[in-house]
Amino acid sequence: MKPARFDYARAGDIADAIRLLGSTDGFNKPLGGGMSLGPMMNLRLAQPDLVVEVRGLDALKTVSDEGDRLVVGAGVTHAAIEDGKVPDTTNGMMRSVAGQIAYRAVRNRGTIGGSIAHADPAADWPTALRALGAEVAIDGPGGARVVPLSEFQLAAFTVALEPADIVTALHVPKLSPGARWGYYKICRKPGEFADSIGTVVHDPDRGYTGVVLGATDGAPLDVPALAEAVRAGKDVEIDDAKAALAAQGATFDDYGNQIHAVALSRAIKGAFAS
Amino acid sequence: MTEISLTINGAPVTASVEPRTSLADFVRDSQRLTGTHLGCEHGVCGACTLEIDGEPMRSCITYAVSCDGASVTTIEGFDDDEVMEDLRQAFTENHGLQCGYCTPGMLVTARDIVRRLPEADEKRVRLELSGNLCRCTGYVGIVRAILAVLEKRRG
Repeated sequence: MKPARFDYARAGDIADAIRLLGSTDGFNKPLGGGMSLGPMMNLRLAQPDLVVEVRGLDALKTVSDEGDRLVVGAGVTHAAIEDGKVPDTTNGMMRSVAGQIAYRAVRNRGTIGGSIAHADPAADWPTALRALGAEVAIDGPGGARVVPLSEFQLAAFTVALEPADIVTALHVPKLSPGARWGYYKICRKPGEFADSIGTVVHDPDRGYTGVVLGATDGAPLDVPALAEAVRAGKDVEIDDAKAALAAQGATFDDYGNQIHAVALSRAIKGAFAS
Repeated sequence: MTEISLTINGAPVTASVEPRTSLADFVRDSQRLTGTHLGCEHGVCGACTLEIDGEPMRSCITYAVSCDGASVTTIEGFDDDEVMEDLRQAFTENHGLQCGYCTPGMLVTARDIVRRLPEADEKRVRLELSGNLCRCTGYVGIVRAILAVLEKRRG
């Protein structure tokens, strides 16, 4: 359970990180909190040649209010969001989601940008932020750009990052005061990677509704038929969720069908419970 | 090898480390601070939990090179800590440990619960403890010990 050998460099700023990541042809990885990359390296599922430390870079820790959206630096920890150190612009959703990630000792070091870049299907942020309609800010040799999460995560652990790119921030649309959200995950034990994550964001004042299913074997899955049901004010029972998944061609086994339908149904019921 | 300077239990330490050396292996093998225990080595079991810059973190998936400039407190560094003193006593009185393997990580997490969540009830204590595995006690004594310290401090 020790990682394979790797070279190490500490970036002084974002430009330096991009330069270091592109300095050799090998498999080079930026290191944020390392709470996902660390285990992957210890298990030798990841064997980078060069690790570039970006943890602690001030430019990755800023949070700014940009009118209709909050821009959260990639290096902001889950614990900072859990503790309300980041302004609440999602009616408590991000704070609630952050508090459910792994364990406090992991949340103290793990970062929102790291989670998005790592793109574990069972992780919380890829699904939750996609339901919020968030976008990811990327910087790299090709320049800075902002990409919707729906175009960013392509598959399990697979994202639209070029080799020397890093995630610099998440752009999270602000919810209207009357917006509703629901987030329900199924884990065998609190803090464990989820077996299923159902989430809904319904913001009629902005004309936005998103229903997303996470912890599948691929990227988070939009479930447009359920978003339509939510917009129409319909109840979503387990069988409705099963039918919606089947209609869009999802192919889970019986257990997967059941827990995914339960997670989606409970997330939607939870959003309108009070 | 990479040169790092950090503070461990209040004392300055400068060392040359291989990038792949975890903070846990560094404090155990190079600093002879063997109170930090290694269980799963992928961040799940919590045995290696110690404090970095005042917050509990996993030392098995944190590399020593990443701790340049940090202040690290291992279980050995809490000898004179008031909360830890109460916790040690309460763990003894409530049978909060048996083999002792999980205990250093349990105590660091317990201290965080007591300081961060002074109003925590049993349900919350159990939730917060979900990142620390104990295979001896069944958690009953550990939970009781933490609740006793919370109660004492609430006066």
